[in-house]
Amino acid sequence: MRDTRFATLISAVALAVLLPASGRAQSFNIDHDTWFGNERARMTLEIIATADTGLFAPVIRAYLARNPDLRIRYSEAPSIDTYIAITEAGAQYDLVISSAIDLQIKLANDGHATANRPSGAESLPDWARWRDLVFSVAQEPAVLIVHDSVLDDGRPVPRSRHDLIDLLRENPEMFDGRIGTYDPVSSGVGYMFATQDARTTDSFWRLSEVLGRLNVQLYCCSFDMLEAVRNGELLMAYNVIGSYAATHLDPGAPVHLVELEDYTLTLLRTALVPVTARAPQQGVDFLSFMLSDEGKKLIADAAHLPPVDVVEFVNAPHLRPIQLDPGLLTWLDQQMRRQFLSEWDAAMEQP
Amino acid sequence: MNLSGHAPAAGRPPQPHSLRQRLVMQLLVLAAALAVGLYLAVLYSAQRASQATMDAILGAATLSMASNLRATDQGVRIDLPPSTLSMLSATGQERLFYRFSVNDTALSGYEDLPVLSLSSLALTPVFYNDTYRGADLRLATVSRALMIDDTLTPVQVVVGHTRDGQRRIAAQLAQNAAVFGLLLFLVSIPLSLVSAGNMLRPIRTIADAVGRRGAHDLRPVRQPAPAELLPLVGALNAFIARLKAAFHHTETFLAEAAHHIRTPLATLRSEGELLLRSTQEDAQRQRIRRMIRSADECARSAGQLLEHATILYRSEQLEQTEIDLCSLTAKLVERFRTSADMRDMTFVLTLPDHPCPIRADSVLLEAALRNLLDNAVKYPPAETDIHVSLTVRGAGYRACVRDHGPGIGGAPTAQLVRRFQRGATSENIVGAGLGLTIVQEVADTMGGTFTIIDAEGGGTCATLDLPR
Repeated sequence: MRDTRFATLISAVALAVLLPASGRAQSFNIDHDTWFGNERARMTLEIIATADTGLFAPVIRAYLARNPDLRIRYSEAPSIDTYIAITEAGAQYDLVISSAIDLQIKLANDGHATANRPSGAESLPDWARWRDLVFSVAQEPAVLIVHDSVLDDGRPVPRSRHDLIDLLRENPEMFDGRIGTYDPVSSGVGYMFATQDARTTDSFWRLSEVLGRLNVQLYCCSFDMLEAVRNGELLMAYNVIGSYAATHLDPGAPVHLVELEDYTLTLLRTALVPVTARAPQQGVDFLSFMLSDEGKKLIADAAHLPPVDVVEFVNAPHLRPIQLDPGLLTWLDQQMRRQFLSEWDAAMEQP
Repeated sequence: MNLSGHAPAAGRPPQPHSLRQRLVMQLLVLAAALAVGLYLAVLYSAQRASQATMDAILGAATLSMASNLRATDQGVRIDLPPSTLSMLSATGQERLFYRFSVNDTALSGYEDLPVLSLSSLALTPVFYNDTYRGADLRLATVSRALMIDDTLTPVQVVVGHTRDGQRRIAAQLAQNAAVFGLLLFLVSIPLSLVSAGNMLRPIRTIADAVGRRGAHDLRPVRQPAPAELLPLVGALNAFIARLKAAFHHTETFLAEAAHHIRTPLATLRSEGELLLRSTQEDAQRQRIRRMIRSADECARSAGQLLEHATILYRSEQLEQTEIDLCSLTAKLVERFRTSADMRDMTFVLTLPDHPCPIRADSVLLEAALRNLLDNAVKYPPAETDIHVSLTVRGAGYRACVRDHGPGIGGAPTAQLVRRFQRGATSENIVGAGLGLTIVQEVADTMGGTFTIIDAEGGGTCATLDLPR
């Protein structure tokens, strides 16, 4: 389902989104459209989200159990399609849950989100919400996945990007074509990880040059990378969403999940209520449920997404939440994106 | 039907307006105006200050984005620093919008963002307000020239943000100012009351001083008065002086009139007596006696008029000295003993065995006691006793004269002390009807009381209470 064949399509769409002057109605892709609850229920709640339907199903079912007169539509879509759905396509959803926080911030900044005060929002730390528009429901670190075979011959687990660069440089034959990461061109999350890496550390460009020299494999989705590592196609995958890894890998799988200690980007999965919502109050109510103790527990235990937790950041100082503010608009700028991707291409394709 | 009855009262008389109320109201209106003024001033300066601060940040951000522009072979290269955007948004979690353009053609950013047309390059930021996407924006624009394709081309940068933070700061400050203004007003209420009271106190002081005065006290008002009240006090004093002059005039006239009457009367009387001695005829003698008697009555009246005038004059002067009331009473009784003996009357005198000091005008006090004794000797029948007593009573003295005469026939004191009013039982007795008036006036002047009643078992009991 998350075939790389989507990549070209998504890439084309992405450019269309980010280029201005697209007054025409846009179409957007939905991977899965699922209805939950009683068909004759009087009220409906429509959610568009980037997370797997399976991940959120337990949360939705628990919510429906308390609200029997409600049915819920859950549309699973790539982050860019989610953005297009709300902006140019004018689709009417009551809640947008997305891990692409740059696009979420852009939605809110550009006036596509309504201000509201879900109960439980006051317990969110300041960095986990923006205005009364965007609220975090989960925090997910981007991890390095290492296949056990890399550690043969007494090689240590890389603990920082520096270690990783050294490891790759010392074993070019071993890693040639067997290391993967997100394709920043086709994946919104991948682009955000790359730009945040570039913003955070100078060694990012060194790392991308090393990756380019080793013919890095580029993926659209964490899931595909996980599959590739699991079946031995890849030895390492850089910037994989950790919670996916925990869900999709068997307990006995021969892989290590590494949170790099120089810093580990932490993605915030955020929700907002669009201005076009048909039933905005339903969206706010579901958001309140996700922020409640019961909702948090369900998101953690059933959806396997770590809920927003300040203590986590105190215990693991290397975790760095991506700053939730209009600073993220920088990388959505059409010129900045072009400039960044041309730098990236230059790093990938070396003579 | 009582046609001469009073017309129904036409409602209550209008309440006189109060200076104090007016003063308090005006002070409160002033305080309210000050409070509102303070509120508006703080609101205005808070908005100005927060606007200036935000503009400084916005201007710096716009300049920094403009200075990051570079001309390359591919055209203008933009560098949009994320930290600048983060900081710009930080104050109030503002929404941000920006636009880079060359000759009104957008290079990047929000291409429909409202742009201020600049006629020339603007190297310092130009600020303006506009609305965009339903938000009220503060915008700054900078225009700088870049060398593109060998031509100097102006590139314009516009950056705008919402003004929620500024509004929040201003609202917070305005709220504080409102609370402060309200407190100011509340505090000014008791202050106004106290201040109005203080301001009007001299009026009350002068009114009290004048109100406390004795009946014949016509001295000018000497209370210290504020400048504004001096005309009023001056007018009052001028009025008192005129009143006093009029009084004085009348009294002098009375005294002189009495004097001028008494002298010819004395002549008339002595001539009458001579005539009486030289006449043997009974009818004629009877007539001459009646004439002498009338002359006596007339002389007595003139004497009392003179005394009354003296009393009134002295009561204005209030020349007080220390007097022993006990010895004064004894002395006066002694003086009347001769006339009492002539009618075979006996004085029964009861005095305390110690001196009775009193501060008073001796002439007034003596006049009062003399008139009481005179009545006691004059009205009762011959061969009766006159009881005179002086006792200490609380903070004063009580002088009591009791005779066994005809009494006063139940008339109230107030009626008997009227000028020229004579009791029903006083026929055939020489008198002018001024004696008790004089006693009453002395009692008033000295702050005492006088009563006269029918005594039990006949006769009159006259009581004069005087403070020390």
